[in-house]
Amino acid sequence: MTAAVAEALPAYFDFVRRLVAERAAIVLDATKLYLVDARVMPVAARHGFDSIAAMVSAIRSRPFGLIHEEIIEALTTNETSFFRDVTPFEALKKTILPELIQKRGAQRELSIWSAACSSGQELYSIALMLRESFPTLGSWKVNLLGTDYSTQMIERAASAVYNQSEVNRGLPASYLVKYFQRQGLQWRLSDSIRTMTTWRRLNLIEPWSSVVAPMDVVFLRNVLIYFSPDDKKKVLAQVRKVLRPDGCMFLGGAETTMKLDDSFERFPCDGAVCYRLKGGCT
Amino acid sequence: MRALLVEDSRAQRCVVRAMLKELGFEVVEATNGHDALRALEQSERPDVAVVDWNMPEMDGLEFIRELRRRRQFDSVRVVMATSETETSQIECALSAGADEYVMKPYPKDALRDKLVLLGVM
Ligand SMILES: C[S@@+](CC[C@H](N)C(=O)[O-])C[C@H]1O[C@@H](n2cnc3c(N)ncnc32)[C@H](O)[C@@H]1O
Repeated sequence: MTAAVAEALPAYFDFVRRLVAERAAIVLDATKLYLVDARVMPVAARHGFDSIAAMVSAIRSRPFGLIHEEIIEALTTNETSFFRDVTPFEALKKTILPELIQKRGAQRELSIWSAACSSGQELYSIALMLRESFPTLGSWKVNLLGTDYSTQMIERAASAVYNQSEVNRGLPASYLVKYFQRQGLQWRLSDSIRTMTTWRRLNLIEPWSSVVAPMDVVFLRNVLIYFSPDDKKKVLAQVRKVLRPDGCMFLGGAETTMKLDDSFERFPCDGAVCYRLKGGCT
Repeated sequence: MRALLVEDSRAQRCVVRAMLKELGFEVVEATNGHDALRALEQSERPDVAVVDWNMPEMDGLEFIRELRRRRQFDSVRVVMATSETETSQIECALSAGADEYVMKPYPKDALRDKLVLLGVM
């Protein structure tokens, strides 16, 4: 950042930037001033302030509370869609799950985690695919866990209700008619799919121990991009601990473990890129 | 990649044509089902047809049924793009031979996702 740009930044920007960096690991550089203005102003208005600056000077010395939380929520980017990028779901269906099903035949248990699940489409896509393509799993214990920093997103995901523009994106029409019920302008996912899933609030940069049990598949997509290299490393180090030795992880299209954590190796799988622990049995 | 766009509203045609072009398609246009069948005979076979439902002369549903009767067009993927949003209507379009369904209004990303699902992109 040049000195001129730094000088031009309002004082509240620095407060907001530190707040989201410390609490949620999200990095905001000077080019994100417009984002802060657009998303934090409604928080200020809701709490009766007429500017972000006024709100920040009021809460600056207060302990962390509701307003701080709402600022962070407002600055998370929640974009997602059903079967986003398609290929990871193809890899899961064609290769990863058939292999895992063979290996877990004795325990008959599988655990899949959508970390940073936003409004839930990623995990429900997996649930729909399991129901459609793996009827054998009907008699298994299948744990599908979705977690996110945002309480609001977790509530939305758990409600399993989507609007038209959300069901328009990425969801095969055959699944829409089979598994969703239209209610006015909304579409509600059937209980038979919804009840396959569990939703919890989880901040990825805090310890996960109590929330996340050992996992066979981890979807950690489109969230590391918001973090600093150090925080990316911390998160990947925790994945290492919960991922089973023969499990696998998917990252977003713009993300990688390279130069961050060399205990993972990447391998191409049905058009997707998958990460496994080195030395893990495959 | 080639797309056949079947849509009677000029404004809507303009919007969807622009989306398809941005997604890298050559676009042939028709304003109703009859027109579209004629276009199919006269131009190279499209990879996908994006078809509105309510149109004069021959509507989208009838067009899709006609298209599916002509075996030489089996490989053409069909997306029904309409403002109809009842589950029964979506079922009806799929059983007539549509491969996908998108509800109006929709952004380019929604159309792209459907085309990716159908393997035409
Ligand atoms: C762009 S969405 C990704 C959704 C989905 N995984 C996908 O790829 O479509 C990013 C999500 O990360 C969440 N997030 C941001 N910082 C987080 C943190 N520190 N811990 C947990 N989740 C976080 C946001 O709330 C948001 O829902």
